[in-house]
Amino acid sequence: MRTIIVGCGRVGAVLAGRLSTAGDEVTIIDLLQDAFDKLPEGFSGQAVRGDGTDEDVLRRLGVEGVDRFFALTEGDNRNILAAQLAAETFSVPTVVAKVNDPVRASAYASLGIATICRTSMLVESLSGFVGLPSDTTEMRVMPPTGHHPGPHGARTANGSVAVSDATRPEVEH
Amino acid sequence: MYVIVVGGGKVGYYLTKELLAAGHELVLLEKDRSRAKQIADEVGSIVLARDGCEGQHLAEAGANRASIVAAVTGDDEDNLVVCQMAKHHFDVPRTIARVNNPRNEDLFRHLGVDEIISPTRMALAAIEQDIPVHELLHLAQLEGGELSLLEAQIGDGSPAIGRRPSDITLPDGCSLFVLIRGEQAQPIRPETVFQTGDKVLAISRTECELDLHRQLIGTTPGD
Repeated sequence: MRTIIVGCGRVGAVLAGRLSTAGDEVTIIDLLQDAFDKLPEGFSGQAVRGDGTDEDVLRRLGVEGVDRFFALTEGDNRNILAAQLAAETFSVPTVVAKVNDPVRASAYASLGIATICRTSMLVESLSGFVGLPSDTTEMRVMPPTGHHPGPHGARTANGSVAVSDATRPEVEH
Repeated sequence: MYVIVVGGGKVGYYLTKELLAAGHELVLLEKDRSRAKQIADEVGSIVLARDGCEGQHLAEAGANRASIVAAVTGDDEDNLVVCQMAKHHFDVPRTIARVNNPRNEDLFRHLGVDEIISPTRMALAAIEQDIPVHELLHLAQLEGGELSLLEAQIGDGSPAIGRRPSDITLPDGCSLFVLIRGEQAQPIRPETVFQTGDKVLAISRTECELDLHRQLIGTTPGD
């Protein structure tokens, strides 16, 4: 499996280490060289300084043909842009964007980008911890509930954006 | 027509003023409070100190009745999200995004943004028009960069047309040695007369290039 991770923060670095230990070929991108200090010792992939929202940068790193793409920077919108580039321009089969605003997280899930929302995860987790009712589905990656309509409202034919095809509604042409 | 402008930088500020002058109903969202206040002091209470990327703030601004949402911040990712939220969440009929990285234009169109404004591309196009077509072409560096092998194309405005090498005053660090005319290369001889369309190969010291440019091509950007 080949994986690209954009953003070498705590989450990106630890995930990169884990995937790399499991035998994945991992490339992790960050704007700052210092960010790579967080990578664990077992990491044997590639760490590249660059802008993961730039099409040319991603192409140079071989995004065409990767299996998984995780957008995990600190900026919701940067993650959304990078994820849509990966899914729509480069047809990466599995794309997940970290989107901490719950409204945007569900909006983009309905546009075909799997999202993971730290806000919802923490709120649900803490609610459960203190005995309030909590929705555990909010603690997982939110799979795409629809997919991107494409330009001028036309559905895109190539369904490259879903984590799991089963979650996607039937497409009308 | 009701218009929502997101981003109160230079583009958003002037756009707001133009649209107001044209009599449109308008709200400007600018997330930086002090910048929002600064603009509000001038144009009135139509400025909200809000982040237009947040669905809730777009709703407060009345996105569901807007005819146009124009996202003109300096960050492409923010402009994209504003337009997508406007289009897919609020059914805004017309979305306009400023795109700073020209490579994003196709993606934004594909993702449903109706109109793209690309200041970078506009500036590039304008600058390219101003650059004269005939330039000194650097073919190679010689002697560790001290000397350059250059090609000059003799265009219509060249002062060299109709002249012989001896009529052209060049500094010591510079010599012309080959003429390419009609795809044929020939040495530059004392009796050679330069004409339009000729290409001249020269070797020049770096500091003499401006002189060479003036003599063979004509005016330089510095003139």
